[in-house]
Amino acid sequence: MTDTVVAAPPPAAPSPAARARPVTARRRRPSWVIVVCFVIVAVVVVMVVFGSVIAPQNPNAQNPLNALAKPGGAHWLGTDSLGRDVFSRLIAGARTAFIGPLVIAGASMLVGNLLGLWAGYRGGRVDTVIMRWVDLMWSVPGLLVIIVVSGTLGGGYWLAVGLLVILTIPFDTRVVRAAALEQAPRPYVEAARTLGVPGWRIMVWHIWPNVSPVAVANAFLNFAGSLTALAGLSFLGLGVAPGTPDWGLMLSEGLQDLFVNPVAVLAPGALIVLTATSMNLIGDWLQERLSSRGATR
Amino acid sequence: MTGRGWAWFIGRRLLALVVLLVVISFVVFSLQYLAPGSVIDTLLGTNPRTPQEVQYLTNEYHLNDSFWEQYWIWATQAVRFNFGNSIQTSLPVTTEISERLPTSLFLGVYAYILTMVLGVGGGLIAALRRQRLLDRGIVAASMVALSTPAFVSGVFLIWLFGIEVHLFPVSGPGSGFFGDLAHLTLPAVALALTGMSFLVKHTRAAVIGVLDQDYLTFARARGLSPARVLLVYALRNALIPIVTMSGLILSYVIVGAVLVEDTFSLPGIGQLLVQSATAKDLPMLQGVAMLVATIIIVANLLADIAYMIADPRIRLGQGAS
Repeated sequence: MTDTVVAAPPPAAPSPAARARPVTARRRRPSWVIVVCFVIVAVVVVMVVFGSVIAPQNPNAQNPLNALAKPGGAHWLGTDSLGRDVFSRLIAGARTAFIGPLVIAGASMLVGNLLGLWAGYRGGRVDTVIMRWVDLMWSVPGLLVIIVVSGTLGGGYWLAVGLLVILTIPFDTRVVRAAALEQAPRPYVEAARTLGVPGWRIMVWHIWPNVSPVAVANAFLNFAGSLTALAGLSFLGLGVAPGTPDWGLMLSEGLQDLFVNPVAVLAPGALIVLTATSMNLIGDWLQERLSSRGATR
Repeated sequence: MTGRGWAWFIGRRLLALVVLLVVISFVVFSLQYLAPGSVIDTLLGTNPRTPQEVQYLTNEYHLNDSFWEQYWIWATQAVRFNFGNSIQTSLPVTTEISERLPTSLFLGVYAYILTMVLGVGGGLIAALRRQRLLDRGIVAASMVALSTPAFVSGVFLIWLFGIEVHLFPVSGPGSGFFGDLAHLTLPAVALALTGMSFLVKHTRAAVIGVLDQDYLTFARARGLSPARVLLVYALRNALIPIVTMSGLILSYVIVGAVLVEDTFSLPGIGQLLVQSATAKDLPMLQGVAMLVATIIIVANLLADIAYMIADPRIRLGQGAS
C-alpha cells in the first residue's frame, strides 16, 4: 500500500515539460514541503480510485441510534447527525472533490492553450478579440455567475463543472498567450514558417512544447481554484445532490452540530485546505522549476 | 494629466460602463427564457396555477408582447429600481434588497479594509525581513490562506471562538454600530484571509523589487529616516501593482461574502442570492445580479482611476483602452 501511495503520479506528469528546460534546473531536488504535497495528493488519488475498498464502513449507511457519536471505537472520526460514519464519508467524498477539478483543469487547459497559442502566434485582430474577451471574463466573479445560472437552470454538480470550465479558460488563455508571444519571433518559428509548415502545426508541435511548462503549472493552480469553488457550491447546496458524500456538503450538513462533534466538520474542511494548498504549491513549484521567468507574476 | 485628458478618459469609461450594463441587463433579462418550462411556470413557483393568477402574471410581465418589448419594459423599470415582486415572499424585490444591503455593505467595507491593511502590512513586513523566519512564516501562512475558501476559514473561526475563546459573537447580525462591528468581525476576518494572501504575495514582490533600486540606497545615504524611505519612497512605487490588484480583491470579497453570510447566518445580499437561487426566485435573482454587476463595474472604474493617479507614467490614451 505504501508503495502505491508514493508511486502514484499526479494527474499531469511534469516529465515532458522538464525536457524543455536547462539541465541545472532539472537537477534541483524538491524541498520536503513539495514532497509532502505530492504525498497528500497521492493519498487523495488513492482515496478516489480505491475509495470503496478502503472505507471501513458504508459511507451512506444511516444509524439514527448512534447519531453524533464522538470519535473513537468503530467510528474513527465519529458519526454525523444521521449516524453515518464520518471517516468513510471523507474517503468517499474524495471522488467529487477530485474528478470535477480534474475535468475542469484538463478541459480548460485544452481550450485555453489553443486559444492562447492562436492569440499569441497570430497576433493582430485575433489577438485583440481574444484578449478583450479574456479581460471581460477576468472581472467576472465566477461563483456568482454559477449561482445565478444554477438558480435558473436548476443547479447540479456537472452544470457547475461545465460553467467552471468556461470560466477557467481565460486563465489558461492569458498565461499561454503571454508565453507564446515570447516564442513567436524566435528563429525556430521563422525557420518552420520558411519551410512551409502550416500555422496550426507550428503552434501545436513547435511552440506548445516550449510553453508547456507554464501551461502545466497553471493547470495545477486551476485545479486548486476549482476544487475550492466546487466545494463552496456544494456547501451552499447548489453543487452535489443532497446526501452525496462530499467535503463541501459535509461542512454545511455538520455546521449546526459543530459544537457536538466538531471533527465531523473540521476534518472535511481541513482536507479541502490540504488538497488545495498542495495543488497550489506543486503548481508554484513547477512554474519556478520549469520556467525561467519568475513565479510572482 | 490635463483636466481635459481626465474628462475625456472618464467620459469614455462612463460610456463603456453604460454599454456594459445594457449588455448585462439583456443577459439577466434573458434568464427567464433560459429557465426550463414556460415563463409562467417559473413565475408561479409553487403557487397554485389558477386562470386568474396566470392572467395577472401575463399582464404584469407583459408576456403577450414581443421579446424586445418585454425587455424594454423590464429595462425601463429596472432603471427605476423596480424588478417586480419576489416569488417566495411576494414583496417587491427592491424592498428585500434594501433591507439586506446595509449588513452586506458593512461586511464588505470592513472586510475590504481588513484585507488591504493586513495584506499590504504583511507584505511590507515580509519584504523587510526577507529570507528570515518572519518572512517565511508570513509567506507560508498566506500560501495556506490562499487555498482556504472563506467558508472553511469561517467554520474554523466559529469553532475556535465558539468553543475555545469567547471573544467575538459567532453568528447573526448585531444591533447598532458597535454591535455590528463585533458581530461582523469574524465574518470579515474569514473574508479577508483569502484576498489578503494575494496582496501579501504581490506587495512582497513589489517592495522587494523596489528595495534594490539605486534611488532607495541614495535616499538612505542622504540620511532620510528609515520610516520616510520606506513609506514615502518605497511604498509609492510598490503601490502600482497593489492598486492593480484592488479590483480583483473586490471581486474576491463579493464572492466570499456569499459564502461567509451563509456560514455565519448573516441576513445579507449573499444569503438572499443563495436562497433565491435554491428557490428559483427569478425576479429576485435578476435584481441581485444587476446590483452586484453594477457594484463590480463601478468599482473597477474606480480602481482604474486610482491606477492612473498612482502611476503618472501611464499615458491617458493607452490606459483608457
